[in-house]
Amino acid sequence: MGRYIARRLLLAIPVLIGASLLIFSMVYALPGDPIRALAGDRPLPPAVQAELRERYHLDDPLVVQYGKYVTGLVHGDLGTDFRGVAVSDTIKQRLPITVKLALVALAFEAVFGLLAGILAGIRKGSVFDNLVLVTTIAVVSVPVFVLAFLGQYTLGLKLKLFPISGIETTYSYLLPGFVLASLSLAYVARLTRTSLVENLRNDYVRTAKAKGLSPRLVVGKHTMRNSLIPVVTFLGADLGALLSGAIVTEGIFNIPGLGRTTFQAVRSQEGAVIVGIVTLFVFFYIFFNLVVDVLYAALDPRIRYE
Amino acid sequence: MSSSPITGRNQDRDSNVEPGDDARLDEHVDPLGLDEHGAGNDSPGEVKTAAAVTAQTGVTTVQASLLSDAWRQLRRNKVFLVASLILLVLVVMAVFPQAFTRVDPRACNLSLSKRPPSASAWFGNDLQGCDYYSNVIYGARVSMLIGVVVVGASLVLGVVLGAIAGFYGGWFDTLVARITDIAYGIPTILGSILILNAFKERSLWTVALALVALGWMTILRLLRSSVISVKDSDYVQAARALGANDRRMIMTHILPNALAPVFVYSTIAVGGIIAAEATLSFLGIGLQLPAISWGLQISQGQSLLRTAPHLLLFPSLFLSVTVLCFILLGDALRDALDPKLR
Repeated sequence: MGRYIARRLLLAIPVLIGASLLIFSMVYALPGDPIRALAGDRPLPPAVQAELRERYHLDDPLVVQYGKYVTGLVHGDLGTDFRGVAVSDTIKQRLPITVKLALVALAFEAVFGLLAGILAGIRKGSVFDNLVLVTTIAVVSVPVFVLAFLGQYTLGLKLKLFPISGIETTYSYLLPGFVLASLSLAYVARLTRTSLVENLRNDYVRTAKAKGLSPRLVVGKHTMRNSLIPVVTFLGADLGALLSGAIVTEGIFNIPGLGRTTFQAVRSQEGAVIVGIVTLFVFFYIFFNLVVDVLYAALDPRIRYE
Repeated sequence: MSSSPITGRNQDRDSNVEPGDDARLDEHVDPLGLDEHGAGNDSPGEVKTAAAVTAQTGVTTVQASLLSDAWRQLRRNKVFLVASLILLVLVVMAVFPQAFTRVDPRACNLSLSKRPPSASAWFGNDLQGCDYYSNVIYGARVSMLIGVVVVGASLVLGVVLGAIAGFYGGWFDTLVARITDIAYGIPTILGSILILNAFKERSLWTVALALVALGWMTILRLLRSSVISVKDSDYVQAARALGANDRRMIMTHILPNALAPVFVYSTIAVGGIIAAEATLSFLGIGLQLPAISWGLQISQGQSLLRTAPHLLLFPSLFLSVTVLCFILLGDALRDALDPKLR
């Protein structure tokens, strides 16, 4: 186990370096004007441009620029927005809200996704199974922002069940959380179903049944253990979708987290904020995938001995 | 049937033909690995073109029957028929929007602003009073074009690099694998925001570029792994023994057998790319006005949810149905092309 984790960590280093290099080149080395990327639509006076070139070391060679960029990242320096507030301060302030929303979404995914998947899987071919298959494919094809408006319009405006904007109470997290979760929820349900159906065909399941174990034990203890492995792996890769989904969902439901900050920064073209937050998201993503890889090994001993 | 020319899942991979192993070779000269059909009885020294072998042994009919097998299954599949019919309509809509509406999408009359759907304007009018039906119709072009361009470019990139990496292995393979790992580390939408942020003027091609830059990896990985699983098959070894060069082996023997999963994925991916473009345009970092795109229309309509919900409804509906059709089409293709599921 220790060796496996060590190997994973070592493998993550080139990915981190590569990703930071890629982000760096996207922002600073693309043919577009980096000052424009940082400043937005409004033309800047030459003096300000010169100051910005100085501040972002744009006149240094690219390698030196990259070095300074990474040093800044390591020190938590992500630049400042137009009002002179450090992006890292904004992140500190907004992050808890996004984390809360993500946790609500994750809870929806885990509870409803798994439940739907399990019920569909043990009654393969039933009405409920078909219902799950049809609903999930429909949800997968509807983009998150469309789903958000659909939820806002029907559940919020027409039925008045949920507030459609803001975060006065924890209750207001429910609808956006559900919208954010919907896509992954559908995937979790499908994955759970498929892997449960596959595993239920195994010999050890027949043995467990032959021993006279109750169906609850056969499914809950013997089969679920193996069926959950692909689901857990999926949840790691899924974080990327959750983070970009948060930009859309928070923007639409007016939730003052990192997502809405990015959403507004895109609209007002505040490059430094966009770059800072998205960089953070990408690093989150890489980090969580690392955690999932390790979890994966803990769940499935076969992985460790490859 | 022990192997399928469509999917390349060769089940009798137990025997590895060594070049020069004459006894073995005698049984395995058939480049398509279908020796139960008699192709294996040719003399080993005789080098033949695939066409000659095909003509002589009637492999054509076997191959055709496999393809027609898939086709027969698809033809019976109602979901496939409905999805392809809708997509056909959407393609025509993208190429000849004039066939669906005579109204110019940019001819607007402010006095009609936010009118709900009526007999004269089926989808109502937007904020500027433009005919919404013709706007939504014209929106199909951007979505279809970007889906096809991005997936097409990713296919070229992924198939060429994947085939070379999978076939030769070695340092090139390692390099490609590492680059793929890194690119996978960056989620598509987040990365696209970073790339597009650097452009002041963003056209369809800029958005396509960003989506290709972050979306080519899956095709490459799929192709690479299926090339690796096919390249040691008997029929590829046989082709090598017959003196086929690398290019010929890759082009005529390996690729046709390795492409099926790539095609299934690509079909579904078109839907994903269309949704991604709409999301970026919705966020305000994709296409820019006066471009006509469903994502932009939804973005414009979002503040009018209370007063003019039809402005959100119609582009959302078209967008979702398009994405859904590509997913269903890919699903049907997978069912038809994967003999394991039959």
